[in-house]
Amino acid sequence: MKLDELASRCGEWLRGSGPESDIVISTRIRLARNLADFPFIRRCTDADRLAIEKAVRDAIERVESWRDRVDYVNVAELPAVDRQFLVERQLISRELADAEGARGVAIEAGETFAVMINEEDHIRLQVMHSGLDLQGAWDQINEIDSRLEEFVNFAFHEQLGYLTACPTNVGTGMRVSVMLHLPALVITRQIDKVFRSLQKISLAVRGLYGEGSQAMGDFYQISNQITLGRSEETLLKQVGDVVPVLIDYERRAREFLIKESQKDLHDRVSRAYGILCTAQTISSEETMHLLSSVRMGINLGLIEDLEIPTVNKLFIHTQPAHLQKLRGIELDTSDRNIERAHYLQRHLLRKSGENGAEKN
Amino acid sequence: MKCQHCEKPATFHITELTGAVPQELHLCEEHARQYLTQPEDQAEAQPTVSEAINKQMKLGQTAEELAKLDQRSCPVCGITFYEFRNQGRLGCPHDYVCFAAELEPLLVNIHGETQHRGKRPKRGAEGTDRQTDLIRLRREMKEAIEQEDYEGASQLRDKIRRIEKEGQAS
Ligand SMILES: [Zn+2]
Ligand SMILES: [Zn+2]
Repeated sequence: MKLDELASRCGEWLRGSGPESDIVISTRIRLARNLADFPFIRRCTDADRLAIEKAVRDAIERVESWRDRVDYVNVAELPAVDRQFLVERQLISRELADAEGARGVAIEAGETFAVMINEEDHIRLQVMHSGLDLQGAWDQINEIDSRLEEFVNFAFHEQLGYLTACPTNVGTGMRVSVMLHLPALVITRQIDKVFRSLQKISLAVRGLYGEGSQAMGDFYQISNQITLGRSEETLLKQVGDVVPVLIDYERRAREFLIKESQKDLHDRVSRAYGILCTAQTISSEETMHLLSSVRMGINLGLIEDLEIPTVNKLFIHTQPAHLQKLRGIELDTSDRNIERAHYLQRHLLRKSGENGAEKN
Repeated sequence: MKCQHCEKPATFHITELTGAVPQELHLCEEHARQYLTQPEDQAEAQPTVSEAINKQMKLGQTAEELAKLDQRSCPVCGITFYEFRNQGRLGCPHDYVCFAAELEPLLVNIHGETQHRGKRPKRGAEGTDRQTDLIRLRREMKEAIEQEDYEGASQLRDKIRRIEKEGQAS
């Protein structure tokens, strides 16, 4: 697989379609699996790691319907910038990027699924869908798991289910995560209150905060914590029951903002757009921050000449390794900030030019 | 304010909401990126697992019992209980069997249950003995080579090949 080709494209999960995609960015499911006839990763020799890599690669190649659609990337042979690129792309984890020894990832051409080999567990299957699509994501990953299972023996225990290197993942080995964009709950200062109530039902929330109390990108990820004792369907339902509640809170907060302070909101969104279009040097933190406002502005009809998939793509393409891959050279932080500003201008101004609309 | 991990100014202030109390982190751009691109379960799992198990161990045992338990090791992969307790990661599938008594309260603590529900592999858990044999034999072969016992190593290698072949036939 040519990573340079991958760089200029964009995964299907970023296309901004799918149910509730104004608020839900993506639905991800991962399954942790281990081969029954090898020790877990920490106790593996170099030879073990190579043998695991080979066994899993062979199994992947034997799946008829994946031929020509799934490419294998040998992560151990990649330079640092390419590994970082795959992390930004959310196709591999930081742990896999930074590990040593034989390891790799099989990537489906549309980036709807990836199979990491020799991460914390021998196999980490991952499915990524755009918008809120729990059932679709589960159907796909269930199928992928069943295909692989025809060719390899997974470590499984009658009572404890799928066995994993860390006891926090044993049982189903499943982690369901839904990534939400919740800027209005942040502006109206309701976000902490909303999430504190979630902890009581054993769901995990991760928020990324910027300077002061201002959220960085306003993205939040909801996922299950428990993996043992509840079936996959139960875990999906647990996350599936909560997400619509959060969506509803966010929509109400947006309505409130439109009703009570439309001028302020419109001003905030327009300024964000203005800076992104005209800055000469800009950090990735500020970019995330401003793109978040612009994204909400589009969803509320305050910006009309820009589309959600373009903004979704900019969140990924303005990250350090992506900028360097797209440019084809290595750049230090200050050069990246300049390159990022140029990249934003090219894509935002071109967009509004094409549509012939006036930009504020 | 400086980054918690280096001398650069902290420009990212992250509030981690997963624990019982929200936790504040102050990081530079580079360290924030590293932190945030860890999957959610890795950022938290490791301290949680070893903390949970250490707490649980101190409750139920005397120092003497604990020291004895720490030395126990898995006959298949060789990991000691002490290593697991410190790293929060197990050494092989058989650890769930040989440390079952110690793991059970930990699993209850994490998941609230100890009985799997949901998907199971079509071929079930059959042949598990054969597979743990393979893990053990490969380790013994490596040790034989390290001790320059090449005759022992070659016998072990033949044994491994035989078991691997049986596996493919089934
Ligand atoms: Zn730092
Ligand atoms: Zn073991």
